[in-house]
Amino acid sequence: MKAGTSRVRRVVCDPLGWVIVAFLALVFGMSSLGWLFHALFPALDRPVYLQDSFASLVIAHLLLVGISSLIAVVIGMLAGIGVTRRAGREFRALVETLVAMGQTFPPVAVLAVAVPVMGFSEKPAIIALVLYGLLPILQGTIAGIESVPSSAREIAEGVGMSRWQILSRVELPLASPVILAGVRTSVIINIGTAAIAATVGTQSLGSPIIIGLSGFNTAYVLQGALVIALLAIIVDMAFERWSRRLQYGQSRAQR
Amino acid sequence: MITFSGVSKHFAGKAVVQDIDLHIARGEFTVLIGTSGSGKSTTLKMINRLIEHDRGQITFADEPIEKFRAQDLRRRMGYAIQSIGLFPHWTVEENIATVPQLLKWPKARIRDRVTELMTLLHLDPQQFRQRYPHQLSGGQQQRVGVARALASDPEVLLMDEPFGALDPVTRATLQHEIARIHQMSGRTIVLVTHDIDEALALADRIVLLGEGKIVQQGTPLDMLTRPATPFVRDFFGRSDMGIKLLSLAQVGDRTRRGEEAAGEPIAASMTLREALSVFVARHTERLPVIDESGQSLGVLHFSDLIAEQEGE
Amino acid sequence: MNIGVKNRVLLTLLLLLMAAGTGLAFVTHAPNRLMSGQGIPLPGLLSGINALLLLPVILLLVLVFITPSKGSYLASLMLAEVLFTALVALAGHQAEVLTGGDEDSLARISFGGGFWATTALCLLIASDAISRFTANHSWRVVLNVQLALPVIFLLASGALSQLSLLKEYDNRADVFDAALWQHLGILVGTLVPSLAIGLPLGIFCSRSPRWRPPILSVLNIIQTLPSIALFGLLLAPLAGLARAIPWLGAHGISGIGAAPAIIALVLYSLLPLVRSVIAGMHSVAPAVIESATGMGLNRAQVFLKVQFPIALPVILSGVRIVAVQTVGMAMVAALIGAGGLGAIMFQGLLSSALDLVLLGVIPVVLMAAIVDGIFKFLVSMLETARR
Repeated sequence: MKAGTSRVRRVVCDPLGWVIVAFLALVFGMSSLGWLFHALFPALDRPVYLQDSFASLVIAHLLLVGISSLIAVVIGMLAGIGVTRRAGREFRALVETLVAMGQTFPPVAVLAVAVPVMGFSEKPAIIALVLYGLLPILQGTIAGIESVPSSAREIAEGVGMSRWQILSRVELPLASPVILAGVRTSVIINIGTAAIAATVGTQSLGSPIIIGLSGFNTAYVLQGALVIALLAIIVDMAFERWSRRLQYGQSRAQR
Repeated sequence: MITFSGVSKHFAGKAVVQDIDLHIARGEFTVLIGTSGSGKSTTLKMINRLIEHDRGQITFADEPIEKFRAQDLRRRMGYAIQSIGLFPHWTVEENIATVPQLLKWPKARIRDRVTELMTLLHLDPQQFRQRYPHQLSGGQQQRVGVARALASDPEVLLMDEPFGALDPVTRATLQHEIARIHQMSGRTIVLVTHDIDEALALADRIVLLGEGKIVQQGTPLDMLTRPATPFVRDFFGRSDMGIKLLSLAQVGDRTRRGEEAAGEPIAASMTLREALSVFVARHTERLPVIDESGQSLGVLHFSDLIAEQEGE
Repeated sequence: MNIGVKNRVLLTLLLLLMAAGTGLAFVTHAPNRLMSGQGIPLPGLLSGINALLLLPVILLLVLVFITPSKGSYLASLMLAEVLFTALVALAGHQAEVLTGGDEDSLARISFGGGFWATTALCLLIASDAISRFTANHSWRVVLNVQLALPVIFLLASGALSQLSLLKEYDNRADVFDAALWQHLGILVGTLVPSLAIGLPLGIFCSRSPRWRPPILSVLNIIQTLPSIALFGLLLAPLAGLARAIPWLGAHGISGIGAAPAIIALVLYSLLPLVRSVIAGMHSVAPAVIESATGMGLNRAQVFLKVQFPIALPVILSGVRIVAVQTVGMAMVAALIGAGGLGAIMFQGLLSSALDLVLLGVIPVVLMAAIVDGIFKFLVSMLETARR
């Protein structure tokens, strides 16, 4: 009886749950909040963004971020693994230089350069998101694999694991917390950059903000900002849960 | 079982191991000993091809080791190292089951084998099975390491300074365990150490390496009583050689049967060196001896420690 | 004779360079602004004296088969730098040729994909050679910086003036200059308050294990918010504030403009800064503090003479991260009217004019690289002085 109620209490008091509830309420109920925004911004005759439903914007945004993050994870992890193999070690310094140089490039810039070359569509947005999202994942993969204790690697080789087995059974599982941290950073940055992609005609949660800015409609800006902010917080909290679950199964001494 | 013929290995132009000729017989406990940089670890790692030799030939079970795929060769040998190297993300059970899983044993067989090994190494299966390495002490971790090395019942056990990172008490306990395992299973064991007492206590044959070459190889008694060079003599301790000789024999060897003496008895399996310590501590010249089952065996006289034995 | 590939990195980069040079357009030639340009590939331009461009390429190819040594890395660096400068000069020269040197010509000659790829690969070859030549960070920064010097010289001498990018600059020189100063202003305007708030906050957190987790959590949440969202969230309250307190509005603090941008950027700087201050303070071994107090220094003296100097390299690394981050984020701030080079970039973006975009982006990237280099140099100088 006691275990049951405390479990229910944990679920009810879960901060992630409350944020999700607030988010969904805002997304689906935005149109009914007209009175609130009218009260806050009496000067505006169109206080609530109605051009597209917030739900469709959220989905478009999630699709953008999801697809680009998936591609970035695949490329980033493959490159990170490749560079930490004996055959690829030579290229590591180069890859790290590329990553360092890439950090000095603001994500918006990648977007801005891609568009005149490729036109106003989703393509440059996705390419920009993938390119910029690659960096933290690459860094995380390299750092994670480096953090695997050398004694574990020596034993893995010594007991006769094949190279693929060493990678899949020992290196990747032990590297996963750090890799996940890199993926998390990448996804969070991508959520922000995807918002700015609205300036190039891509549908996303940035659209209300951009339209609001150009039309001096502060209410639109606030609505868009609130929804993106909540989305980012939810995604971050979800990653936090996932990374905590990864840690429990592993040695604390290994950190 | 394992033969080295004229084996050499060079790193960056320098010879780490030069012209090694070695024969390790089946069931023999061989200890490779030397100072740091003498090439002993390198020699061990050439057996399971973690390091590939440059010159000469190494055979395992009468086949040159190049004939095997490195993976397959290693799966037939147990491997334990100083830093233990348990996989932090696996439980004790999963760690021990490493090679059996690679060999695709059926799950039930793996489970039973894990229980068997944990019992053998005095780790309570109920208590420790699901624990993670970070929850174990250093000594317990290395027991798991040894269990893991034995899991697939390998023909050879390779150990690279396995007890070096442990405190002296745990080290002594685990040394006894390994000696016991060797006696019970008759497995071929090759162990690397820089600890002379460990070598003398465990080895059937000692191979002393210096600067990549074999300086002398032989039984512990040979190494102590017939050193080939001053280096050997100094290495094994010039001043306390006698004490080391005492550690090679057991109380049971020199007990006078049928006699009786007063006081707490000592075990027949104790080394003469430990017995010497008891003599001094108790200020006595006669100690009663009991065998494994607790039966009285006889008496050990202090003068028998220094009496000349046949064959010396 | 053992002919084997000794430097696979160099080989890969060279092959990519040659592929890009022959496959992609080096420059594009458009008769006027409105029409799209026709690509001109590199091989066609290599006539006469321009063929000398192939010399560094061939020499670099030879280096691939030579066992790497400090000398060969230095040679790679120099060859790559020469090639880089030559490519830029060639582009400028080609622009002169195609416009006939006429300043008022309407023709637009822009950098093509081939130019960007080949020059970027040259820079990569150079920086890879630098990182293998020396491990000393100060020297690395110096060598990396001097890569830009020949190009700067070319720029100053006007050899590149007929390229569309520079024509664009000429057309908007004052707008550009104003934007540049605005951007720098945002950077300084952010760094000063960030340090003023972040340093004390960080020191407080490093001393108080009780307050550290909640403060770090709050800062973490702020960091998670996308920059545009934070700008947006600040807009409304600031606008309301400006309306309520007219004095603020008169002094340029309103919903739009630099004020919300700087406030947001300061908030974003706090987490990296506080984290690095904590790490820096914790890097001082307790034994050191003990002996200092034991020698009779009071708390303030221990802080100023012992803790702060030891923590300084770590803190400076944090400031470096914050500075580079701010330079980049300030571009987005242009959306809310803060000005800066981001405004030029967005203008180019909306009118699909790559030259305008580049006019905004290249200075920002250079600025970020320079700021990054300055701080890296400072940190490495501090660390070598300690040894």
